[in-house]
Amino acid sequence: MPDAPSDAVLDATGVAKRFGAVQALRNASLQVKAGQVVALMGANGAGKSTFVKILTGVLKPDAGHVRIKGRDSTVVNPAGARKWGLVPVYQEPSLIPDLSVADNLRLGDTPMEPFRHWIGELGLPDLSSDALIRSLPLASLRIVDLARALALEPDVLLLDELTAALPTDLVDRVLKVVRAQADQGRSVIYVSHRFNEIAAICDRATVLRDGLTVGDVAIEPGIEERIVEMMLGGAVAAAVAEDRPAKPLPTAIPRLRVRSLKTGTRLTDVSFDLHKGEVLGVVALEGQGQDELFDVLAGNRRASAGTVEVDGAPKTFHHPADAIAAGLTLVPGDRAHALLMSRSVRENIAVPLLARIRTWGAIRMGDEAEKVGAAIETLQIDTRAQGEVRRLSGGNQQKVTIARWIAKGVQTLLLFDPTRGIDIRTKRQIYGLVRDLADQGAAVLFYTSELAEIRLACDRAVVIFNGRVVDIIDARDADEATLMRAAYGLTEKAPA
Amino acid sequence: MTMTDTPTAMNRLGRLMVDRPLLPLIGLLILLVAVLAILNPGVLSMFWASNTLKIAIPLAMLAACQTMTMLTGGIDLSVGTAATIAAYLTATLAPLIGVPPAIAIALAAAILIGLVNGFGIAICRVHPLIMTLGTALIATGCLLVYQRYVIATGVLIPDFLLWLGTGRTLGLPNSLALFIPFAILVIWAQRRSGFGRLLYAIGANEAAARLSGVRVWQVHFTLYTLSSLIAGVTGLLYLGQIKTASLSLALPLDLPSVAAAVIGGTSIFGGRGGYGGTIVGALILTVLTSMLTLMQIPEGGRRILFGLIILAVTALFIRLTERN
Repeated sequence: MPDAPSDAVLDATGVAKRFGAVQALRNASLQVKAGQVVALMGANGAGKSTFVKILTGVLKPDAGHVRIKGRDSTVVNPAGARKWGLVPVYQEPSLIPDLSVADNLRLGDTPMEPFRHWIGELGLPDLSSDALIRSLPLASLRIVDLARALALEPDVLLLDELTAALPTDLVDRVLKVVRAQADQGRSVIYVSHRFNEIAAICDRATVLRDGLTVGDVAIEPGIEERIVEMMLGGAVAAAVAEDRPAKPLPTAIPRLRVRSLKTGTRLTDVSFDLHKGEVLGVVALEGQGQDELFDVLAGNRRASAGTVEVDGAPKTFHHPADAIAAGLTLVPGDRAHALLMSRSVRENIAVPLLARIRTWGAIRMGDEAEKVGAAIETLQIDTRAQGEVRRLSGGNQQKVTIARWIAKGVQTLLLFDPTRGIDIRTKRQIYGLVRDLADQGAAVLFYTSELAEIRLACDRAVVIFNGRVVDIIDARDADEATLMRAAYGLTEKAPA
Repeated sequence: MTMTDTPTAMNRLGRLMVDRPLLPLIGLLILLVAVLAILNPGVLSMFWASNTLKIAIPLAMLAACQTMTMLTGGIDLSVGTAATIAAYLTATLAPLIGVPPAIAIALAAAILIGLVNGFGIAICRVHPLIMTLGTALIATGCLLVYQRYVIATGVLIPDFLLWLGTGRTLGLPNSLALFIPFAILVIWAQRRSGFGRLLYAIGANEAAARLSGVRVWQVHFTLYTLSSLIAGVTGLLYLGQIKTASLSLALPLDLPSVAAAVIGGTSIFGGRGGYGGTIVGALILTVLTSMLTLMQIPEGGRRILFGLIILAVTALFIRLTERN
């Protein structure tokens, strides 16, 4: 880089951004050199999302500047940022659902040949270019997004929580491809919460806290603790991972008994019992029927076969309202499906309290304020930007979706990957909350795409592979290797 | 703090309009009245104010239907028809069967339109724009058939409707006696009733409302039935105000009722807005019409100006509020 003021390919310094009363970024900086993978890390509300948007030209900073290859890029739009060599892959797929893969590529002027090459490299060589985006599972969309970005041969590739929705085998391929990019002299900004991935491919980590860059460290063995300390700023540093004694399972009628449940092509035969006071983990690779299982239990989809019993009584749910009446409440995997983005925190939390016709009349405001306030308190939701939920950080949004059911009163909570893409502090709060709810007598079904969470939050785990339960594992024995083997169907045995 | 440059000032104005949407609207209304006073010195009077209110009230009531349906992301283009039918039936049936039965039948007919809308939108999932346009056409056709085959012996406009529509008390139009409780009820319902909250919830994210246990069809069905009932009542008021029964009585109010809600800050995509703004929007439209009439511009030019001003105001508001 002869003309550049520094040898950084991307150089952001002194970046600040305010949204109304919220100072999202105060002084953020990031330097990425050629051939480097730099992790961008930060807890919930640290300003990571805002920083990413500024780097990619979506937002203009109030102060500071971003230089790509020595050229000031703070005034350009996303298309301009791309032209100058920075291509982002965002946390949520940015493809048009009603168009085919090929049409989406044409829209973005992406060359087809390199795209096919990268799709093959990334492990989906059979993906049809004519497939409609809406027909593809989330994991495939992430891969399409990434392959599209790679096909543009960017100088700087920005990956925002790319692996959050990916099954482990695809994660391995993605990491290999990303590392290879850097080894060929390109640069990668890797936004992630996952230490094992960062340890595997990153050279450095830049850590944000409260809108400030608080550290820029080389990745070496044992760096995780230091990064966590930087992210937490000395607060709440203690790990939650204490071993719980095995609960003697109650012999009484389980809260939720599922037998031979089947729907669609993916969920073929799932049976398990979930007891009062228990957190039952669900482990599955992407697309093994877990989405359908949660949809059926939440009344969002009908089962084609099998039975669901709640407290011993057989139930059929025709609508989510039926499931809620039976005490089964869902926190869906995608927050966009759960939240009223343009409404306030209070209104979001209160919706289930008003859903039935008999609650259509006058709202008892005092009662509502009390319930909503207690739920906000329990979840420690940051309500500085409570006027519109869209202004909250991802972690706080997720808390709002959970708070809704706390306010309503939890009996059986169905959590679908509740910690996906949120920071470590919020994750720990959610583990603690889930345990508290169980101790208070709730039953929790907890699907997670992060295997380590099974030991942190669950009592037992059912492993689903190919639409069937292949194993039920005590959480104390649920180390990641065991779960992984089971999730791949290598240890199949008859369900207990 | 360098908050003086234009974009930031625009941002702050936009934020003000999101947080306190009524203030800039009232400002615009005052501005229009001021322009009117400058163009036509001496026109402002108690009589003028009372007359403007009188004209604005039926528009504001029909705009309540638009506000509520637009909050869910819908629209009701059959309100003018429902109002017209209610008025026409009342005026033609009253001499035959007496006033109370005539009004009962008139409101039943309006409600029937709403039930059909509700059935189509809530159960058959037809888009509200198409459904209400369709029922409006069908209902207008039915009214023509009625007019042809049920020969009216005469037209009778009940006295209390005349009192309500044209009378004044202490210089104020009597229709306020209907409108003030109505407006308070609507605004209260939007903020403090479960039904009102669900309108916002469905407009903001229907899938999320469903997952929270809301049976969306129940809300839609109730909403469109209620909308037609309000339109029917408005038709009765309008009958008393216009003092003639015509087959197209309230039809010209259809699109202005949408415009009033939009100018008042209710998003046609749902989830944002409220009736307070709509009332001011209806007043703005009425003052604007009055201004253009007084300026003695020919009809064609008046309409062009009217359309341009509505577009400009709406575009400005959306630009300012969406910025944040």
